[in-house]
Amino acid sequence: MSVLVVPEVLPGGALAASSAGLLAAAAAVGEPVALIACSADAAEAASAAAADLGAVRVLTAPTPGDALTVPVVDALAAAVAREQPELVLASHAVESRDALARLAARLRMPLATDVVGVERDDLGVVARHSALGGAFAVTGAPTFGPLLATLRPGAVEGRLPAQPLVRTELEITASGARAGRIESFAETAAPSSRPELRGAAAVVAGGRGVGSREDFALVERLADVLGAAVGASRAAVDAGYVPSSAQVGQTGVTVSPRLYVALGISGAIQHRAGMQTAGVIVAVDKNPDAPIFDIADFGIVGDLFTVVPQLISALEAHKK
Amino acid sequence: MKIVVLIKEVPDTWGERRLSLETGLVERAASAPVLDEIDERAVEAALAFADAHPGTEVAVVAMAPASAVATIRKALAMGATSALHVVDDALRGADLLLTAEVLAAAIRRVGFDLVLAGNLSTDGGGGVVPAMVAEMLDAPQLTGLSTLEITDDAVSGDRVSDAGTMRVSAPLPAVVSITEAMPEGRFTTFKGIMAAKKKPFETVDAGDLGVAPEDAATARYIMLSVAERPPRQAGTKIVDEGDAGERLAAFLLAEGVA
Ligand SMILES: Cc1cc2nc3c(=O)[nH]c(=O)nc-3n(C[C@H](O)[C@H](O)[C@H](O)COP(=O)(O)OP(=O)(O)OC[C@H]3O[C@@H](n4cnc5c(N)ncnc54)[C@H](O)[C@@H]3O)c2cc1C
Ligand SMILES: Nc1ncnc2c1ncn2[C@@H]1O[C@H](COP(=O)(O)O)[C@@H](O)[C@H]1O
Repeated sequence: MSVLVVPEVLPGGALAASSAGLLAAAAAVGEPVALIACSADAAEAASAAAADLGAVRVLTAPTPGDALTVPVVDALAAAVAREQPELVLASHAVESRDALARLAARLRMPLATDVVGVERDDLGVVARHSALGGAFAVTGAPTFGPLLATLRPGAVEGRLPAQPLVRTELEITASGARAGRIESFAETAAPSSRPELRGAAAVVAGGRGVGSREDFALVERLADVLGAAVGASRAAVDAGYVPSSAQVGQTGVTVSPRLYVALGISGAIQHRAGMQTAGVIVAVDKNPDAPIFDIADFGIVGDLFTVVPQLISALEAHKK
Repeated sequence: MKIVVLIKEVPDTWGERRLSLETGLVERAASAPVLDEIDERAVEAALAFADAHPGTEVAVVAMAPASAVATIRKALAMGATSALHVVDDALRGADLLLTAEVLAAAIRRVGFDLVLAGNLSTDGGGGVVPAMVAEMLDAPQLTGLSTLEITDDAVSGDRVSDAGTMRVSAPLPAVVSITEAMPEGRFTTFKGIMAAKKKPFETVDAGDLGVAPEDAATARYIMLSVAERPPRQAGTKIVDEGDAGERLAAFLLAEGVA
């Protein structure tokens, strides 16, 4: 049986970083077939990239540039009709999530969101979730028939062996469903050399205690020494120290790195919901009663502006 | 202009939230139920437009247990015009598809030019209900907007992703979901709370909306198992005496994470 995988094609034409994990996760259930729905000129490179990440076949569908979501849903509906997959798997990122949501509504198919893994049992596909900030592990399944699911980025690692590219152009009938329009797109200034927050092995996060956008550079310096991604609390995002995409927590990104360093973050319950499944948690906070210490493996009651520079020097000295 | 705001009752994130190990559903008794913060922002966005455009109707729609009346009234106390509450025991544990079917039917009953919702509910919602509802209403969807401009016949805003910022627009009628970058909900006043008691408040069940929760022909997503993970323990805590940075470096190296 096949699994239809929908890697996200970035505006520039490259596949999103989540794509390798998506294909690897799909392979636990069946043969991964990728759907590449993007502008015609990006399709060739994106198809090759999907095969490189292990797609046994690639279906392509050109989508007009400025219509939001609906062309991808039309392509998905055609791909589902052709492949009759047991599972359709896409990233839980906004664009893919919208597409699967509309597909589920259109085909009246059950949808599981933010899954952290998929597998198969005697009866069919089973999806795994990590609920309420990782406090509960939940599994679910469709009562019958195929399942649509969105996979939490970074939840499944690994990369399948590359496959030779076998590409088929899909015949699409436009549904005529009314769509929003993309007026313009402004790429985030400098694509950072740091790892992406989702799926990063280490995260260094700063909170309100960092105090200013300028001082946030200290958080970034430590992140670079540790090869870590940069995260933040909602208070730091609200104060404008960092873009909202760095927010960790309940309403931000959920991370589960090997190392999480919280600097000037009190550890409100909504922040902890996004990071408490990390392997090792380290916290530096002036307030000895900050709740972050309740879950920290190593907590320092102190001023981050003295502790962090010393930590950076010690780590750099060790590297030499 | 008629704006429908989708509002959800969720367990307060400030309390301890639990899933029942028997049913897999959120235990309503474990923490106080509240109007989701993100939906308060959606109500605020609708009211801000209504303040500047007299004659705007703001109807709130919720699918929630009978006990959610107070939560729904809060949106009326903030200033919404009317409420539709869908209550039905058969909807307990409804999956996303059924939830969207019910909400779409409820919105159709109320009538709409614009539907506003939160981008993501805080009780484990998947952030998909608004887009599902849009498909069912054959309306365009603009999800995850961090800014919002509403005119008589169109809606537009910015949508921020890791890759960049997208400017999107749609003609009305449309479905929009907003992020927490939008302003917080206004406080309720005593006057607002009193006024809310006299506002239209309709309660319906799935049958009234023409939705069959137990339709055997439609596949549903169901929970198979729930397990609780042991809570995390605190480890070493030290007070900086001038060498905490060095001690932390030693700890990270010993743990093999630096
Ligand atoms: C529905 C809802 C959703 C939410 N979602 C999220 C979410 O996704 N993510 C999130 O993070 N929050 C979220 N919040 C907000 C959350 O409740 C907290 O307000 C927020 O996490 C606080 O951020 P903070 O720890 O940076 O700030 P604070 O709580 O103000 O903590 C700052 C800390 O810095 C310390 N400090 C100050 N100066 C120094 C110094 N020089 N050195 C060392 N320490 C110092 C202080 O002692 C303090 O403990 C949500 C809230 C709600 C209601
Ligand atoms: N049961 C419900 N009743 C009313 N609105 C809902 C319900 N479930 C979801 N919504 C709306 O959809 C948004 C996103 O929810 P979700 O898809 O569950 O993350 C919420 O912020 C609400 O606006």
